[in-house]
Amino acid sequence: MNTVLQTQTITKYFHEPETFAVLKDVSFEVEKGEFVSIVGKSGCGKSTLLYVLSTMDTDFEGALTLNGTDIHGKTQDELARFRGEHIGFVFQFHYLLPEFTCLENVMIPALKLGKYSREEIRDRALQKLDLLGVREHAEKRASKLSGGQQQRVAIARALINDPTIIMGDEPTGNLDSTNTRIVFDILKDLSRTFHQTIITVTHDQEFAAMTDRIIEMQDGRIISHGNRLSA
Amino acid sequence: MNLHISIAKTHLLAKKKQTITAMLGVTFGIGMFILMIGVITGVNEYLTDSMLESTAHVRMYNDLASSNRTSIIEETLLSTLEVASTLHQKPKNIKLSIRNGMQIVSDLKNHPEVAGVSPQLSSQVFYNYGPVQLNGNIAGVNIVDEDNLFDVAGKIKAGRMESLLTTGNGLIMGAGLAKKLNAQVGDRITITTPFGGSMTLKIVATFATGNVQIDNVKSYASIGTVQKILQRDPGYITTISVNLKDMNDAKKIAPELQAKYGIKSEDWETANAVILQSFVIRNIMTYVIVTTLLVVAGFGIYNIMSMTINDKMKDIAIMKATGFTARDIVIVFMLQAVIVGFFGASLGLMIGGSLAYWVSTIPVDFGEFASMTRFPVNFDPMHYLFGIIFGVGATCLAGFLPSRKAGKIDPVDIIRG
Repeated sequence: MNTVLQTQTITKYFHEPETFAVLKDVSFEVEKGEFVSIVGKSGCGKSTLLYVLSTMDTDFEGALTLNGTDIHGKTQDELARFRGEHIGFVFQFHYLLPEFTCLENVMIPALKLGKYSREEIRDRALQKLDLLGVREHAEKRASKLSGGQQQRVAIARALINDPTIIMGDEPTGNLDSTNTRIVFDILKDLSRTFHQTIITVTHDQEFAAMTDRIIEMQDGRIISHGNRLSA
Repeated sequence: MNLHISIAKTHLLAKKKQTITAMLGVTFGIGMFILMIGVITGVNEYLTDSMLESTAHVRMYNDLASSNRTSIIEETLLSTLEVASTLHQKPKNIKLSIRNGMQIVSDLKNHPEVAGVSPQLSSQVFYNYGPVQLNGNIAGVNIVDEDNLFDVAGKIKAGRMESLLTTGNGLIMGAGLAKKLNAQVGDRITITTPFGGSMTLKIVATFATGNVQIDNVKSYASIGTVQKILQRDPGYITTISVNLKDMNDAKKIAPELQAKYGIKSEDWETANAVILQSFVIRNIMTYVIVTTLLVVAGFGIYNIMSMTINDKMKDIAIMKATGFTARDIVIVFMLQAVIVGFFGASLGLMIGGSLAYWVSTIPVDFGEFASMTRFPVNFDPMHYLFGIIFGVGATCLAGFLPSRKAGKIDPVDIIRG
């Protein structure tokens, strides 16, 4: 198997209101095509871990290797580019840019990365929207869509640069059960069909139970690495 | 870059009201600047022109002060002062005439930088008409030369300037003076000098410069006539007025002429230092007022940009999460400031220019003496260039701090709430 993410003894401190370790010696690996969920109680550090993994939070001790690249020692600008290329995000609240159309929202990260021409990016974006079943909304303003539709557009955006890993922070946390089901099926399908690596943080036990592997956290430590289903 | 522009554009278009308010702030500042600078420099220019119409670029004359020298004793022993001596002598009575005046005049006419020369002799006189006796002065000039320098013909109110050439003992009288004397063209008046000479002259024309201090006291006669009144020999002149091809060279050329001919030579800037100073002060005031306007507009933009960026925290976080660098974010928001500044300033130029044009069409009437009929307004392209540069510059400055703040936003803080 092909390891795409590896952490070694990651420790992170919060200094406000007083210094305490929010992550303690976190070490684990994720392999290509895995659909992993990180679970735990509120305040156990699971979201903090996700933002460390996402390279947006670089204030930690230990090593993080993504797709064979050690992210330590990279400048903020290099990291921004790295994120654009390798990581796709799905957040709890959809976080689309409300003034832009859905199509533009999906296209913008790719335009920023500048790997393809504008026409190619447009075609690819339409393909992704098609895949997520929201193609008919492509030309609508993002703010005009329902929550479930917006989350699907957000997943399309996360996919636009063919990222190494998709990271979800409670991707279904703000959705009703029908839409949760739809979003979950989409993620599962991506993982099965395209061998897309997915890491999500969730407190939805039902959701977690259906993923390939559950990493359980408590008080900043991993207490269970779960069983690899796809092995 | 295209991406940055289209994002900036989308942001601006999404909040049209806010964008327009920000733009109008700049528009108002720049518009007022263009209007005020046009009117103020227009008036300054008009005043400079009318001042220069009666001022030679370089005036050469014998100066009383230049002939007063300190005694050797005073010079060498001033510090010790143990010797009794006459300190601080009274001025000597010197001849005001310029030696070899006419030769200097013809020499100056061949000077490559000189555009015109007019020799003159002037004297204090009394004008007697009926029982009235008025104090004034008379200038003996070669009227054709004088006209070349000071456009005498253009200021004639009654009669003809050329009559001075054909009439023996003719006189062109200041309009204000003629009014006081109740004299008209064709009348004869008697002139007496402080030295006792007198002569009867015929008024052939009257002139008005717009400057009461001149119009109420001055008359022109031919050089020969004045020489006769003063009982001087032909060739006696007291002043040489010199106009240069470029008036801005006056400060440089005046000392050269003084050194060459040994006569006091004064350039127009030195002669009118106080007036020029008032122009400078007025210009400074304009810039102060305009800068204030623009600073206010700048704060408006700063406010609106800050608000926009606070509104867009989430968007900035998501953009950073999807591959935008801090620099990209700064560019996107700076572009918005530049666009607002550029369009605001351009609109300001148009509005300011139109207002200035409107002002320039307002008829004004300052009485018969002033040659002004419309409000003087200056349409200098440099002002417009300065306006747009300043407008865009101020908005850039106002947009920079909020944009930098936007660039520094930590996406994790925002996304985690």
